[in-house]
Amino acid sequence: MRSLRRAVGLRRVLSSLRWYVRELTDESAYDRYVAHVRRDHPDASVPSRRDFERMRTDRQEADPRQGFRCC
Amino acid sequence: MRTANVRTIVVWSLVALVGAAGWTVLALSRGEEVSAAWMVAAALGSYAIAYRFYAKFIAYKVLKVDKTRATPAERLNNGIDFHPTDRRVLLGHHFAAIAGAGPLVGPVLAAQMGYLPGTIWIIAGVIFAGAVQDMVVLFFSTRRDGRSLGQMAREEIGPFGGAAALIATFAIMIILLGVLALVIVNALAQSPWGTFSIAMTIPIALLMGFYLRVLRPGRVAEVSLIGIALLLFALVAGRWVAESSWADTFTLAPSSLVVWMVAYGFIASILPVWMLLAPRDYLSTFMKIGTIFLLALGVVVALPTLKMDAVTDFASRGDGPVFAGSLFPFVFITIACGALSGFHSLISSGTTPKMIQKETQVRMIGYGSMLMESSVAVMALVAASIIDPGLYFAMNAPAGVIGDTVQNASQVVGSWGYQITPEALARAAENVEEASLLSRTGGAPTLAIGVSEIFSQVTGDGLRAFWYHFAIMFEALFILTALDAGTRVGRFMLQDMLGNVHRPFRNVSWKPGLVITSAIVCGLWGYFLWVGVHEPLGGINQLFPIFGISNQLLAAVALAVCTTLLVKSGRLKWAWITGVPLAWDATVTLTASWQKVFSSDPKVGFFKQRQVFQDAIDRGEVLPPAKTMDDMHTVVTNSTVDGVLSAVLALLIVVVIVDATRVCVRHVRRPALSTLSEAPYVESRITAPAGLFPTKEEKEEERRAVASAGSRSSAGAQ
Repeated sequence: MRSLRRAVGLRRVLSSLRWYVRELTDESAYDRYVAHVRRDHPDASVPSRRDFERMRTDRQEADPRQGFRCC
Repeated sequence: MRTANVRTIVVWSLVALVGAAGWTVLALSRGEEVSAAWMVAAALGSYAIAYRFYAKFIAYKVLKVDKTRATPAERLNNGIDFHPTDRRVLLGHHFAAIAGAGPLVGPVLAAQMGYLPGTIWIIAGVIFAGAVQDMVVLFFSTRRDGRSLGQMAREEIGPFGGAAALIATFAIMIILLGVLALVIVNALAQSPWGTFSIAMTIPIALLMGFYLRVLRPGRVAEVSLIGIALLLFALVAGRWVAESSWADTFTLAPSSLVVWMVAYGFIASILPVWMLLAPRDYLSTFMKIGTIFLLALGVVVALPTLKMDAVTDFASRGDGPVFAGSLFPFVFITIACGALSGFHSLISSGTTPKMIQKETQVRMIGYGSMLMESSVAVMALVAASIIDPGLYFAMNAPAGVIGDTVQNASQVVGSWGYQITPEALARAAENVEEASLLSRTGGAPTLAIGVSEIFSQVTGDGLRAFWYHFAIMFEALFILTALDAGTRVGRFMLQDMLGNVHRPFRNVSWKPGLVITSAIVCGLWGYFLWVGVHEPLGGINQLFPIFGISNQLLAAVALAVCTTLLVKSGRLKWAWITGVPLAWDATVTLTASWQKVFSSDPKVGFFKQRQVFQDAIDRGEVLPPAKTMDDMHTVVTNSTVDGVLSAVLALLIVVVIVDATRVCVRHVRRPALSTLSEAPYVESRITAPAGLFPTKEEKEEERRAVASAGSRSSAGAQ
């Protein structure tokens, strides 16, 4: 019983760690975008992950102030 | 009347006591060595109190943050750059964006005046100025759909002040890039180990870029792990290279490094973002967060003792070898990032406001992140103060002053009152497997020595050289990323400005325009880098004050915009919140500019310096530290450029402040004349806690929101 609870606790810690890393690195950007399009624009087509990631870097290319870092 | 419960009072009294104990020990101990623990106690105690009381007061009483008001992230959510981001994630993003080489370099240089002035300014500065600026800019930009500082200056102050702010930002960017590149050149010169491992980051980044673009798009975490593993391997391999026959190939003189650096900046900035910039950015962010975390752990575990004096004689005499000038005003411009940094206002307006979930979170994101950066600056100061002061001065004084032999350096440093034997100097270099540590100015090598000292107290002496090069790599990595990203931002501003003259420039993807503007920006910062490397008086010594002045002048622009906005939005009574920091910052910076332009001390005043060297040239004399007539002419040219630049920057900022004052006075006299371009109120539909840990009420609110959303959706299904 106790080891079961510990295993559940450990899994929770690992999954929240995974969530944080994915969010911080913006690896979750695609999932977020898909959810956004499905919810707010149900008729629009959803881009593939490859196309989405390209679109994202192209946006940064067009306005380098996005994601700029300081000294 | 509101009453606080007993537990709260006891806890906060204890926190106050810890902070006060730290300050007392730091302030009262003279002559004996103090543990860094006291500095940590003073810092953390003060931060906690400032965050709990002052930041809360500003957020709720002055700004009146409104949790029912939807932020741009919620209203304009497009799933890409506007989207409500979890506050803990945004804290990480914002911190990674504001913390860079700045808080690591400035405090190291300022340690020449002793650790106490730097500590006081870092902690008091962040609490009353730096963190306030970041939070207030973030708040106002959030109320304006994430407008940039430049746009806010134009809209709220006027076209004149706005244009001055824009030109100042561009000039500051160029100087920043030149100085950062100089820091790296000084760290990598004659160091095959460092040069090799930094060079290897380019193929590693290209590989990562290819992986993300072609093989597995968007898998950032896994590619970053691969990248970091390769990076650490490159670091270990650097030692093998340095000991092999390839060493000569990677042993570069400063002047060849300049060429490499400018070429890199130019090529990297015209390549697509995905090839180099994006993957490098992932690498440097991971390295940054990881190393800062390790360093904090190392300082707390090792608790080293501070060997530097609390206040050195250079503080009052103003003839320090690292940078000239006395404590006031020069400590306050040398330490910019970590106490008050104008550059942060560019992050706090723009990127972060588009992602913040709730207005109430500006305190945690804006104020909190800046407190974290300030603690990085404190750690850098600790790292610089725990190494032997003799070694510190031998590393940070220009070659023109201490010569290029350990005997000579030992003698000169000894004459300042810091004894170190030539053998000890040679051994220090040997321990980190460098040919020499003399005149490794710029802060990065000194920091690396301090870091290797702290880490090897934890891991044992065998890894000292590895930790030294680890720290160099860590700084070089994000400075190179900054060169690339900064060149792009500078180019973007230039394209915008030139677009007024020749229309096609405005199209940012017009290739010829892109190449031309990139070349201009690289040429400009490359000029300062070149000058810095060839300056007989020492590049950091001459250029760092201009960098500090320009960064603090940008802070003056940001604070002027904030104060104007406070006045115009009916918060005149609270205008001192940013008005007093503005007055202090303007005083410090304009005094420094004034001294740099008009001082009759040739070590401080650029024009006096010019005059002294020009007179000597007219007499046909060569003045030390110049060795030839060419050196003499170099000094004359450089001091003229530096002097004119200091004057122009100061004038631009005076224009912004005067224009802002005009707008404020007009508002007070005739409020009807002013307009406030705030986005209209829209009610928020999301609930989110304000601070790191949700309060009991916030948890309750969250539960209610979930329940009502559940009943709504089930009602919709029927």
